[in-house]
Amino acid sequence: MSKVYIALQDNDESRYIVEAIEEDNPEATVIHMPAMIRIEMEGRLTVNRETVEEKMGRDWDVQELHLNLITLGGNVDEDDDSLSLHWNE
Amino acid sequence: MPVNAITPDYKGEVLDKQENFNGNQVVYVGWDHHMMFCAAFAYPVPPEMSFKTLLHEVIPEAFSLHEEFSSVNWETTEWLLDGQPFIPQMDVSLKEQGVNHKSLLRFQTPELKGFQNAGV
Amino acid sequence: MAKKLNIKDKYRLLTRDLDWDFSYEDRKEAFPFEEFEGIKITDWSKWEDPFRLTMDSYWKYQAEKEKKLYAIFDAFSQNNGHLNVSDPRYVNAIKIFLTGVSPLEYQAYQGFAHVGRQFGGVGARVACQMQSLDELRHVQTQIHAMSHYNKFFDGFQDYSHMHDRVWYLSVPKSFFNDARAAGPFEFMIAIGFSFEYVLTNLLFVPFMSGAAHNGDMATVTFGFSAQSDEARHMTLGLEVIKFLLEQHEDNVPIVQKWIDKWFWRGSRLLTIVAMMMDYMLPNKVMSWKEAWEVYFEEAGGALFKDLARYGIKMPKYAETIEKEKEHISHQAWWTFYTHGHAAGFHTWIPTDEELDWLSEKYPETFDKYYRPRWELAKKMEAEGKRFYTKALPQLCTTCQIPMLFTEMDDPTQICYRDTVYNGDRYHFCSDGCKDIFEDEPEKYVQSWLPVHQIFQGNCGGPDVENVLADFYRMNLGADNMDMTDSPDEKRWKQWKGVA
Repeated sequence: MSKVYIALQDNDESRYIVEAIEEDNPEATVIHMPAMIRIEMEGRLTVNRETVEEKMGRDWDVQELHLNLITLGGNVDEDDDSLSLHWNE
Repeated sequence: MPVNAITPDYKGEVLDKQENFNGNQVVYVGWDHHMMFCAAFAYPVPPEMSFKTLLHEVIPEAFSLHEEFSSVNWETTEWLLDGQPFIPQMDVSLKEQGVNHKSLLRFQTPELKGFQNAGV
Repeated sequence: MAKKLNIKDKYRLLTRDLDWDFSYEDRKEAFPFEEFEGIKITDWSKWEDPFRLTMDSYWKYQAEKEKKLYAIFDAFSQNNGHLNVSDPRYVNAIKIFLTGVSPLEYQAYQGFAHVGRQFGGVGARVACQMQSLDELRHVQTQIHAMSHYNKFFDGFQDYSHMHDRVWYLSVPKSFFNDARAAGPFEFMIAIGFSFEYVLTNLLFVPFMSGAAHNGDMATVTFGFSAQSDEARHMTLGLEVIKFLLEQHEDNVPIVQKWIDKWFWRGSRLLTIVAMMMDYMLPNKVMSWKEAWEVYFEEAGGALFKDLARYGIKMPKYAETIEKEKEHISHQAWWTFYTHGHAAGFHTWIPTDEELDWLSEKYPETFDKYYRPRWELAKKMEAEGKRFYTKALPQLCTTCQIPMLFTEMDDPTQICYRDTVYNGDRYHFCSDGCKDIFEDEPEKYVQSWLPVHQIFQGNCGGPDVENVLADFYRMNLGADNMDMTDSPDEKRWKQWKGVA
């Protein structure tokens, strides 16, 4: 099984997004590098709007992810409630 | 198909045809297993130039920076011309012995192992 | 209260439903570039857009990114951010970025504007239009960020003039010219897929992380801001390839050929990034080899496993590419070091500490093949004879890089390949570059090879110094030569109050 990955700028907003990802994807590996945070996981990784909103304490649009996104790997599925990455194998 | 183009029978202009070099032709010279020089050198020279002139007046300026260059025995040096074994005739012109426009000459000195014997 | 549209509906209404049918004009005449490459599209409506970004949201988010970015540029500039970089040698990597990479952003803007007009499907057109605007933003923000360095360091003053003329900059320039001179589908596989999906990651992720690690706040900020658009570009690249492969089975071999070509072209182009990572970042983040393993082998491997169900295989030269990660950064920096008189930035011998880091990161190759080159350079420098090459190098007809690459099973031997076409001989650095030429010789006989152009008298002269000073517009003695004793170094010492 291949790994999907997402990298975010290391800033205050991403901190909550990373917390939400860790909570919803307990198998994910979080790697801290200078100025960025890379998260990788085998199979599928999901960012849920609800969890991010809970962490941030405010409304959050899934498309706001674009502001802090650096790169990603995998097929993207995006709707109003979540963004997920997966590989077809 | 020589090119995938929207124009039928598209032909490209050959930028490096010999006529463009003002009477010269380009000859490349490389010294195998001597990586001090990152690549073979390119020289614009008259096709009528003798091999001896190329060897003793053109290429030493760059190659002589290598401390082994003065030890090269040109009597035993092995040559490749465009990948084929080649025995140069010193007093014959480049053109007459098949050293043509954009030909590559490589010389090999197996007894000289390069700086620190590392092929440098 | 009106119900808020979900993003799928909103996207459909604001893109697909804005398209029109051709009732009195021939559709083929409206999209004349769509067929000549042999790609068969049966139904554009099958195009999927994973990021359903509409124009209004696009402007909203891009404006937010810009506000953040320019606030940081102001802060960087007001606080003399250039004094906080790890070492003035680092700034030379940014000179390469401005002269070699930023103009490619402009070419990408032009390329995507063109294909965004030529595709018959509205989803593809909208995505290309946004990417085109993104690329224009990237070139603008990069010029703005680096203009600060131009006030304090040499070599930044004439980047766009240099991009069009300087010998080593013909490599990135001709890469994009090749892609833009191709049809719209090949352009998308070249830039949208091969370049954006796999290769730009290596420049904009580990290198930018390295910029942060070297105290360059301006560069890391524009890098990551650009890269936040890149995630959308990558998704477009992946979408276009899946779409082409699903549309018709006849597309598979055409797409495979383009993948083989552009992964090879791209890996050659990235040689310069390899060198920037291994030799030009004083504070190290990861080696080129490590970055290659994460972003090419691991990420690319996953991607090609995903595409295997369409019959797509790993790029043709993947095995050679895998071996080259041990070598190319060292071969490239040696080339620039020995051509330091003809480069628009400074070069230097790595410090002993850096040489040891390279040995540690490249245990199989560095001490055996590359450390001796630096020992030689040190010896010559100690004798007062800093090594500058005295003749011009042979270039590869396809990638235009000096023929500096070696055989992978014999790393002290240059790799020579050639072919004869219409009576003329052409030389190549590799099987990959040779195959690309042989597939479309009428394209590559037009290569503007800087060394040959100098010989033809098209770059001024008569001496190399005249070419450098007049045709390239380098300030000789300031922009070029060794870092040691350069005006850049002298100014830095003055600012820092060291002798």
